[in-house]
Amino acid sequence: MVDNKQQWKAWLYLSPAIVLLLVFTLWPIINTVRMAFLENYKSLEAAGGATFSFGIGNFVKVIQYKRFLTCLKNTVLLCVLTVPLSTILALLIAVALNSIKPLQRVLQTIFFLPYVTNSIAIGMVFAAMFNIVGAFYGTEQEIIVTAGIINNVIQFFGGEPINWINYGSTYAANITVMTIYIVWNALPFKILVLLGGLQSINKQYYDAAKVDGTSRKRIFTRITVPLLSPMIAYVVITGFIGGFKEYTSIVGIFGEKMGPADDAYRLNTMVGFIYDALSQNNQGRASAAALILFGIILVVTMINGYVSKKRVHF
Amino acid sequence: MKVVLQNLTKVFPSRNKKSNEEVVAVSNFNFEIPDGKLIGLLGPSGCGKSTTLYMISGLQKPTSGKIFFGDDDVTELSTENRGIGLVFQNYALYPHMTVKQNILFPLQNLKGADRPSKEEMLERAYHAAKLVQIDELMDRKPSELSGGQQQRVAIARALVKMPRVLLLDEPLSNLDARLRLQTREEIRRIQKETGITTVFVTHDQEEAMSISDIIVVMKLGVVQQIGAPQEVYDSPQNLFVAKFLGTPPINVFNGSVKDGKVYIGEDAVLEVTNVPDQEVMIGIRPEGFNLDAEGPLKCKLSNVEVMGRDVSIVSTHEASANPDIRSIINADNKVDTSSETVRYSIKPHKLFLFNKETEERIYFEVK
Ligand SMILES: Nc1ncnc2c1ncn2[C@@H]1O[C@H](COP(=O)(O)OP(=O)(O)OP(=O)(O)O)[C@@H](O)[C@H]1O
Ligand SMILES: [Mg+2]
Repeated sequence: MVDNKQQWKAWLYLSPAIVLLLVFTLWPIINTVRMAFLENYKSLEAAGGATFSFGIGNFVKVIQYKRFLTCLKNTVLLCVLTVPLSTILALLIAVALNSIKPLQRVLQTIFFLPYVTNSIAIGMVFAAMFNIVGAFYGTEQEIIVTAGIINNVIQFFGGEPINWINYGSTYAANITVMTIYIVWNALPFKILVLLGGLQSINKQYYDAAKVDGTSRKRIFTRITVPLLSPMIAYVVITGFIGGFKEYTSIVGIFGEKMGPADDAYRLNTMVGFIYDALSQNNQGRASAAALILFGIILVVTMINGYVSKKRVHF
Repeated sequence: MKVVLQNLTKVFPSRNKKSNEEVVAVSNFNFEIPDGKLIGLLGPSGCGKSTTLYMISGLQKPTSGKIFFGDDDVTELSTENRGIGLVFQNYALYPHMTVKQNILFPLQNLKGADRPSKEEMLERAYHAAKLVQIDELMDRKPSELSGGQQQRVAIARALVKMPRVLLLDEPLSNLDARLRLQTREEIRRIQKETGITTVFVTHDQEEAMSISDIIVVMKLGVVQQIGAPQEVYDSPQNLFVAKFLGTPPINVFNGSVKDGKVYIGEDAVLEVTNVPDQEVMIGIRPEGFNLDAEGPLKCKLSNVEVMGRDVSIVSTHEASANPDIRSIINADNKVDTSSETVRYSIKPHKLFLFNKETEERIYFEVK
């Protein structure tokens, strides 16, 4: 045991971190909960001396918003599409990377590059790639002048160019672009984690599998995946948490309007909804939405945890 | 299935390009392992035992030389097609599978006509488990087993396919002394019961001597001697083999042969014929000493340890290459512990002469 004298010393050393945590983490959390449960809370009015009654009106309003349901639907859809896809792709790439010896370092770096580049900037590159027009962007008189590289490729193989993201594009096309972009963006981190996991698997299991005459496919499904399952679970859980906070990637491709010009906010997400409420100075509604998002993430993480307890070995 | 190793050589290239120091892990290994025998591959750490085993298993490719199983050349055959069972130094049981799944795994990998039915697989798995007496533990994970139990699971997994050759890489190195003793007897029993040609790697000479039909002693990648354990012990071909086998180890002296007499220091301990005069190394097994008040070898007595049946006498001699000389004699002999000296006569067949430079055995006849 540490005696009392040393204890206050310990607290002294901890105090800078504790103060920062209290001011910038704990207080905002408490304040968010407080604001969410005060009817129609607006901080400007609060500063002016107005008082607000306690209630769950903010939550009711948030849920009743049709836009909120759109945001929820977009968020969930993107999560469900991108997390499994990026995890599987990352797993395959990690296994491939792990099995080649020459150029492994170089390829590792290449695959890691998206992680250190700005997602808005990459979003703009993606937007250019999926573009269909060059002139009169976003107006009703759009003229197809140039196509982005993706459409060029489609045309090269004799297909019809697809309106991915521009005026008049379909929701399905938008979601496809978002899925490709988010998956691509999520890969580096997942590959890194899974590759690290793969490299720490004892090689003798593979020797044993060889002696046992195991086919490559069975080595992957019966040995690699189970031995990697803690890493996979980690990647899936963080993937879902990140997915529910999706926002910048959509801004990156569609701009602040969060959708094609003819249907703004079509691709808005939960975090986008919270920002909108904040920009309208409606802190009460933003807080309520944030708490709902928190609740959803909590539930999903708990389900993930429950599933992985059953499926993850060790 | 007999296994033939022909000029088997493994060279590992050097790591960095500057120094050209290749490692010759195994050099020109020639041996025909008779069918159904248990072979003990014995040698100090780093002498190439595991490498030899991995080449037989196919996990490592020989640099040169050939391997035959029966009359088939398997040198180019991949591991999975060789029909071997391998028990790794640290077992390598799949940690996420139960004991049963571990044992079933090799069977489930079989394809086509070789693939047994589900019931037959289970039956064979239980049969293998019974053989190593772990059929009670089938639903446990490896982490829930003791070292000895894990080792037996590894053997069951290797046996369940009915391999043509069973390879064991220091399977007892992680066990405590009692379990080692017990498990090595078990390996012997299982090998006898199944009649599978088995190669057993160890650096523990006692272990190898006690269970092998034939032992192979290696040093720095080169085979030193091959033979039945007793034969190798009784007639080592060089000083290394003589030193490596036997507990307590052989006593080594600097000596000479002059006019048909073997000298340790000033003491002429033996008369021999057909050995020219020369400096020699002399090895005498601990049991090769007789207490003899008139004996030619005079040593300084330092300690007497009574070990029940036997007495171990520790003494010194200026010509001894080791600090102590240890002799083991029957406890019926009374040792005068108050005396400063002890005198021995030597049993001729327990004394070996070795060339001073090459350390090769010099054979002699007792006069
Ligand atoms: N992959 C490798 N690359 C380079 N050198 C190696 C490699 N594997 C083994 N060696 C070397 O080959 C020699 C023989 O190694 P091996 O593993 O066969 O020894 P061993 O007799 O099994 O020893 P131990 O009793 O310690 O297990 C050693 O000098 C070792 O350093
Ligand atoms: Mg070894």
